[in-house]
Amino acid sequence: MQRDGLTPTRAPLRPPQLSRPSRPARPVRRGPSGRVQPVAYLYLLPAFTFFAVFAVAPLAHAFKLSFYEWNGITDQVWVGLDNYVTVFTDPNVRAALWNSVILIVFYAVLPICVALVIVGLMARVRIRGRTAFRAVLFVPTILPLTVVAVAWRWVYAPDGPLNFGLDLIGLDFVSRAWLGDFTFALPSLGMVGTWVTFGLVFVLFAAGVQKIPSELYESARLDGANMVREFFAVTLPALRGEITVALILTVTAALRNFDLVFVMTRGGPGTNTEVPSMFIYRSVFQIRSIGLGAAIGVILMLELLAVNLAVLWYRRRGDLSA
Amino acid sequence: MIESRHERRFVHLVLLGASVIALYPFVSILLLALNPPGKRVSGFTIPSTISFENFTLAWQRGNFAQALFSSAVVAVTVVAASVAFSILAGYAFATMRFPLRNTLFVILLAGLMLPYEALIVPLYFDFRSLGLLDSRWAVILPQIGFSVSFGTFWMRTAFWAQSGGALVEAAQLDGANTWDILRRVLLPVSGPAVMSLSALLFLFAWNDFLLALVLLPQNEAAQTAPLALSFFAGLRRGGEPSTIAAAALLVAFPVLIVYIFMQRRFIQGITTGATKG
Repeated sequence: MQRDGLTPTRAPLRPPQLSRPSRPARPVRRGPSGRVQPVAYLYLLPAFTFFAVFAVAPLAHAFKLSFYEWNGITDQVWVGLDNYVTVFTDPNVRAALWNSVILIVFYAVLPICVALVIVGLMARVRIRGRTAFRAVLFVPTILPLTVVAVAWRWVYAPDGPLNFGLDLIGLDFVSRAWLGDFTFALPSLGMVGTWVTFGLVFVLFAAGVQKIPSELYESARLDGANMVREFFAVTLPALRGEITVALILTVTAALRNFDLVFVMTRGGPGTNTEVPSMFIYRSVFQIRSIGLGAAIGVILMLELLAVNLAVLWYRRRGDLSA
Repeated sequence: MIESRHERRFVHLVLLGASVIALYPFVSILLLALNPPGKRVSGFTIPSTISFENFTLAWQRGNFAQALFSSAVVAVTVVAASVAFSILAGYAFATMRFPLRNTLFVILLAGLMLPYEALIVPLYFDFRSLGLLDSRWAVILPQIGFSVSFGTFWMRTAFWAQSGGALVEAAQLDGANTWDILRRVLLPVSGPAVMSLSALLFLFAWNDFLLALVLLPQNEAAQTAPLALSFFAGLRRGGEPSTIAAAALLVAFPVLIVYIFMQRRFIQGITTGATKG
């Protein structure tokens, strides 16, 4: 368990907490003490140089560009908040933003619910081959998304396995060109997202459940709790930390989603699977409206920031009332 | 533990079903790719004769020798630099006292929330004016910049677990300087943490698509594997779905190999990294 020194030394009765940036994660740990060591800055220098030049500076540049109209070649023209107005009024950009919100259902809500049910079932029995299941279910998360997209494009193809299977069981009226269908393109894309994030969520939850002391289950059972009560009384509260993390990771994946869309649908049919990051890409290479692309990027970043803070805030409030 | 037989069987069936779903799309392109090219394939066809011709075709037409090499160069450089810088910075945060320590750490940590997507537009124009567009540096440098946030956080936690120990104190009492403590005392016992971090960063670097797509638009020689795959699959230059499937497997292969060997470390890495991050 402690081979790498990363696992907590005390077996936590509660799920591991998210560290809050303003305080050390584990206050009981001996933090750095003694005299001030200016040599520390030397150790920080390489990491901070790269971070400043390739993350902070571009961010500042993105902010600046978002206030200009620019086609990438001629002079930049200051337009104030015009680009941001466009983000919220242009029907295509709005469609993209709205799609990314719908994708949250597929990327975050669905896999978290399914994983909770499965993990809730698992909590009651001893699983044979637990590590093998974990390793297999995690595969979709590690594959390059471009590869995932190619694989699912085949599964969804008009003559692909999905339609073939549907025809086989007599549901041939359901089969269609899934990714070209105005109603089904977005959900079909979303299901791929579910498939990708499920492994991650499952692995997180499975690790969390293993940390629940079995006495909790035994006492719940002595109290006559059935499967459902046990889930709500023991498993779910114990997984709160993991759910927080899973939410942050999967919602982020939903909002940032680019690779799958680019390879599977290019945003079509129409604007049915258009997403913000596709628009950012287009703004540079097709629409040549750099300011708009930068503005969408800034909005995307603020969205992610808001989601992260909201989830963390909610979690923290939960802690206080617990 | 009290458990009924039915319940056990049911749970195992559910897990088995989930595993089949998790592997199926990958298996289906594998079956597709193993057919001889040009053969009309549909649905669940299991190839009657196994042919590797699709792989040969994809390799030749899709520029994958070059692309896999390019991806390897990018990933190895990104991992080596990010891990080295993260070790240094994580060490400082874990063991030293200095003004602005917490502020600097929070700033770096905020980098975890930064989406590439928001930075891609300025990066394109910055690299264009620097003349670095279409060179591998254009994808390597930003990836290092993004990875050090996660890496520093990771190494700080790893060193933290060690630095409270008697070893560091003993070394300090012996008058060892900071560099010696890192090199002789902390690093030798942090091998597993460094390996996990390297595996994770390798995965991120190998799988990156957006940076390569935007920052290597015209240089075929620098194209990374996912980029080459998207062109191959998008332009239908590959033609047959079976050849495109083979191309996808070529790109997935290195990741799968690393995963098979480092599977435990990956999963442990993601769960500990995530629950602490």
